[in-house]
Amino acid sequence: MSSLDRADVARLAALARIDMTDDDLDRLSGQINAIVDAVATLDGVAGPDIPTTSHPIPMANVVREDVVEPSLTPAQALAAAPQAEDDRFRVPQILGEEA
Amino acid sequence: MTDWTRATAAQMADALAAGEVTSVELTQAHLDRIAAVDGDVHAFLHINAEEALATAAAVDADRAAGAELPALAGVPIGIKDVVVTEGMPTTAGSRILEGWIPPYDATVTRKVREARMPILGKTNMDEFAMGSSTEHSAYGPTHNPWDLERIPGGSGGGSAAALAAFEAPLTIGSDTGGSIRQPASVTGTVGVKPTYGGVSRFGAIALASSLDQLGPCGRTVLDTALLHEVIGGHDPHDATSLPEPVPGAVAAAREGASGDLSGVTVGVIHELGGEGYQDGVKQRFEESLDLMREAGAKVVEVHCPSFQYALAAYYLILPAEASSNLAKFDGVRFGLRVERETVERTMAATRAQGFGDEVKRRIILGTYALSAGYYDAYYGSAQKVRTLIQRDFAAAFAQADVLVSPTVPTTPFKLGERIDDPLAMYLNDVATIPANLAGIPGMSLPSGLAPEDNLPTGFQILAPAHEDARLYRVGAALEALLTAKWGGPLSSLAPELEVAR
Repeated sequence: MSSLDRADVARLAALARIDMTDDDLDRLSGQINAIVDAVATLDGVAGPDIPTTSHPIPMANVVREDVVEPSLTPAQALAAAPQAEDDRFRVPQILGEEA
Repeated sequence: MTDWTRATAAQMADALAAGEVTSVELTQAHLDRIAAVDGDVHAFLHINAEEALATAAAVDADRAAGAELPALAGVPIGIKDVVVTEGMPTTAGSRILEGWIPPYDATVTRKVREARMPILGKTNMDEFAMGSSTEHSAYGPTHNPWDLERIPGGSGGGSAAALAAFEAPLTIGSDTGGSIRQPASVTGTVGVKPTYGGVSRFGAIALASSLDQLGPCGRTVLDTALLHEVIGGHDPHDATSLPEPVPGAVAAAREGASGDLSGVTVGVIHELGGEGYQDGVKQRFEESLDLMREAGAKVVEVHCPSFQYALAAYYLILPAEASSNLAKFDGVRFGLRVERETVERTMAATRAQGFGDEVKRRIILGTYALSAGYYDAYYGSAQKVRTLIQRDFAAAFAQADVLVSPTVPTTPFKLGERIDDPLAMYLNDVATIPANLAGIPGMSLPSGLAPEDNLPTGFQILAPAHEDARLYRVGAALEALLTAKWGGPLSSLAPELEVAR
């Protein structure tokens, strides 16, 4: 199992949309790599015939009656938004210059 | 004058029904206690005094008018800050949600309100429930009332410390890998993680959706049973909610209180003991087993060989699910926003400022475990190990009615001791994690004080899925046996906290 270097951690942080300073990378890279080394012991423990478990208590096709229930008003839904306008969440531009 | 904060929730409910005390008096007594000691303990992130007293006054008025009231009406409660509460700040211990007021109640909050229980406030926790010490709370750690320099456990250290410091008789916790049971163990209190799906997760801010479970915390087994019946049951708003009715927790706790364990087979999990477990923890565990034998229980040893891989599987599955669940904190709809030129850069700047180190570590780890080329080796392997652990439990429960172990390998460590060593921190949950991976219910109750440091040790009881009632039957019996031996509950032995003036 491969280990993670500083550049890998920087790339993963970018994928996860978390800005990292050099200090952050210095502090976190070694710790994350130690955790990866510890969890890598699992590879090959269970053979190909062992099924995976994604959910502890299997349940399928859970539905409920299709009835109208009270829900949040637009004002309630927007009350905690950092910015709102015309009953919508307001955000900075979606695409960068290069897009 | 009676100090009502020392009573159990069951005693408070009886006294309210008998007219010996009012809910306003009870609620005010706890608010006074919080004012006196929470400066040192820091179990609460938000105090909800005004609303709690209004709820209490309404219960008192209804009771005076002869109304029929729920069993715990008027008994105050604290709610872990991972559970959303309409009109009350909810942060999950994170800066990214600082000041957020949810526009709705979690199902558990609604049930607590319908039970007419005054909500004292929101309890402290590790950020998004990631941690075993509350040191990852963005608002500062909670301190263990047994020794203020030590951790109260985590993530629900606030909910457990509030009980141990007599700031609340009952609290709500959440348990993803032990966050109810481990804090209960290190604070000398009782905590129950129900069967997965036994308590609705609607409105509980998700950490790892296939592992998370809300549950009751108290100072006695009966008190947790009473709260379990308030918060449990089917909820159409949670697709993983079990359709069956709440297990008869209170009846089982009352049955167990006789202390009789004849006909019960107790399986000691070989892999959850021995090396790495503190001497005093092992000693108190063995003494509890002796008491159970004397009370008629048959004690056998069971083997769960796959448990050696449980911690590793957990630290792949949890970060994978958490990295997905925490994607919603993007600075768009609620919480913190650090404004940048584009929305994508805004998200990255917001998450950098709003999340603490442990949250960042786990999101990055989860992103890695789910990435192309590594998914099968990491996440896939972990899910297979989960199957092996379920099979180990099934085989063990074929030999025993309940399984037992120490809840935590050690007594509480000092604040700061493991903060820079995530792996050492993770090891604290080695005995509690298997239950979450398998979805089965578990309880921790006090087994005494370790002779070497005079700090609390915990006894864990596990039952098959849907058999939560067994925890209460066996837990109440052991509690009765231990209380008789000690001459009173363990909580009464806690050192007196200095009271602020």
